[in-house]
Amino acid sequence: MKRTLFAAAAAVLLAGCINSGAWAADKLKVGFIYLGPVGDLGWTYQHEQARQALVKELGDKIETTFLENVPEGPDAERAIEQLVRAGNKLIFTTSFGYMDPTLKVAKKYPNVHFEHCSGYKRDKNMSTYSARWYQGRYIQGQIAAKMSKAGVLGYIGSFPIPEVVSGINATMLGAQTINPNIKVKIIWVNSWFDPGKEADAAKALLDQGADIIMQHTDSPAAMQVSGERGKLAFGQDSEMIKFGPKAQLTSILDTWAPYYIERVKAELAGTWKSEDTWGGLESKMFEMAPYTNMPDDVKKMAEDTQAAITAGKLHPFKCPVVAQDGKDVECKGGDHLEDTQILGMNFYIKGIDDKIPGK
Amino acid sequence: MGLIEAIILSVLAASTPLLLAATGELVTERSGVLNLGVEGMMIVGAACGFGGAWLSGSIIVGALCGMVAGILMSLIFALMALGLAVNQVATGLALTILGIGLSGLIGAGFVGERITPAPHLHIPGLSDIPLAGRILFGEDGFIYLSIALVVGVWWFLYRTRAGLILRACGDNHISAHALGYPVLRIRLYAVMFGGACAGLAGAYLPLAYTPFFIPGMTAGRGWIALALTVFASWRPARLVVGAYLFGAVTILQLHAQGAGIGIPSQFMSSLPYLATIIVLVLLSRARTGGSTAPAALGTVFVPDR
Repeated sequence: MKRTLFAAAAAVLLAGCINSGAWAADKLKVGFIYLGPVGDLGWTYQHEQARQALVKELGDKIETTFLENVPEGPDAERAIEQLVRAGNKLIFTTSFGYMDPTLKVAKKYPNVHFEHCSGYKRDKNMSTYSARWYQGRYIQGQIAAKMSKAGVLGYIGSFPIPEVVSGINATMLGAQTINPNIKVKIIWVNSWFDPGKEADAAKALLDQGADIIMQHTDSPAAMQVSGERGKLAFGQDSEMIKFGPKAQLTSILDTWAPYYIERVKAELAGTWKSEDTWGGLESKMFEMAPYTNMPDDVKKMAEDTQAAITAGKLHPFKCPVVAQDGKDVECKGGDHLEDTQILGMNFYIKGIDDKIPGK
Repeated sequence: MGLIEAIILSVLAASTPLLLAATGELVTERSGVLNLGVEGMMIVGAACGFGGAWLSGSIIVGALCGMVAGILMSLIFALMALGLAVNQVATGLALTILGIGLSGLIGAGFVGERITPAPHLHIPGLSDIPLAGRILFGEDGFIYLSIALVVGVWWFLYRTRAGLILRACGDNHISAHALGYPVLRIRLYAVMFGGACAGLAGAYLPLAYTPFFIPGMTAGRGWIALALTVFASWRPARLVVGAYLFGAVTILQLHAQGAGIGIPSQFMSSLPYLATIIVLVLLSRARTGGSTAPAALGTVFVPDR
């Protein structure tokens, strides 16, 4: 892995040297760091789609480079720095684990602008952006509770970080509005991307009596297994209906393109400044795939909930939120939990009979 | 379908790619060659296997494509490590890196496509026997093929003269050479066999396990296969035990989590590797019995002419 990185970095460096010639001098260089392969059909795939949309929109003014399969952690620092040295002036780092490396490089190069996806550390030349996926999970929870005959949901988690935990909680808060006794079985696969293991986890959940599969991992394997077993599932990050035409209820679709285009335009206009963008359905930071494989009344309910969340009338974490120990969670945001409470969520709500691993 | 039966079926499927790849690596290492490129050969086998099946519509053609791809990859290794006597560890690691990149390139054209997975056997009467029927006669062909392959390898290594010569090359290539055996050619065949097995193991993933191809879908299974070879102390029978044990640990930890049994999943995920280390310690402490590594494993051999 390290060697690919070196090779890729060297290639970028070389490209940078060549491109520093006058013929490309006036184009803005925009770099991207990807966690997985661009063909993962999930997380990285969606970022790559957005990059392509960006090129289509502003291709005559910018030049983009991406590095894929960059491991999270210290190795990422080298990759980011190479993009800087290759002359990129705006760099998007697209995974939570790139947070500290991005910050470090940002401090070192104050004239380069950085955009970090899904983290919480910022600097005067480092913005953060993410999407309020929990809104979509709340809708999915309601659909799941309506569609589940067994009253047991199966949830495949990647790592027990706040984003995933808040997703589980939002799902259950939604589901509990329909069926207060709904149960969830959670399996952590300790990986964002391992199709075989994701499929095994889906099988295990179905074998144990769950009849709806939800996932917070990146491949369509769980969707495929659910379809094969005649069960229902939710996609993740991208449209997965091809892998379960009779299984997919909906999917949370990451739509980064509008944001990328907006930020690059700001950079071109010289108006870029460090911001924290945490957009939801209202700002189209993500979308819901069409509601399929469900009766019309469930579809109507989902659409109504989506409209209410979009209009700001419904907050998935509206108070009171009751934690596992039966106590109300402190309500810092008025009538709903404050953003920092959601971003740092490290507890399960009441109704989840499980423990967060390592707690 | 009962829960026990479901678990056993999942374990069988999860263990098969490990068993296939490790069987090939066992033969390679028994001839004295350490090929760390299993992961790379597997992922290229997965890409080519899926491509073959997708283009031809036949799972068997796909499996053959995977094997051929694995062999071609192993030939690159053989050229470097046997032909040019380059360091085997470095060559193997390079092969893995090459394979991961190459598979993405090969697979780029059919990422997102799907195929019909390998059909499950159905023998009227036998497959319908409760519990045992489905397990013994009702799964995809790869599972039974992998068992037949290990039995075949065991018979070859311990019951044939050719197998004895192969082991001799692995234990003392100088003596084998002195006796007039073509050490490098024997090793070449062993490396190619390892490549074919790894290619087939890789092809199993998109052909039977999850019927689509995604870059990086082997997700470290090649490394587990390498650990498994050590765990089995280079013996086919132990390899079968180890493969199913590793598969069982993977599946059972998922079931334990779903059932709410409070064992940290991170610990369970690391169990196969812990088990390998423990076995290594036990082996090195055992004075008698317990076969250890082939004596000439990983050492370069240049015949003096």
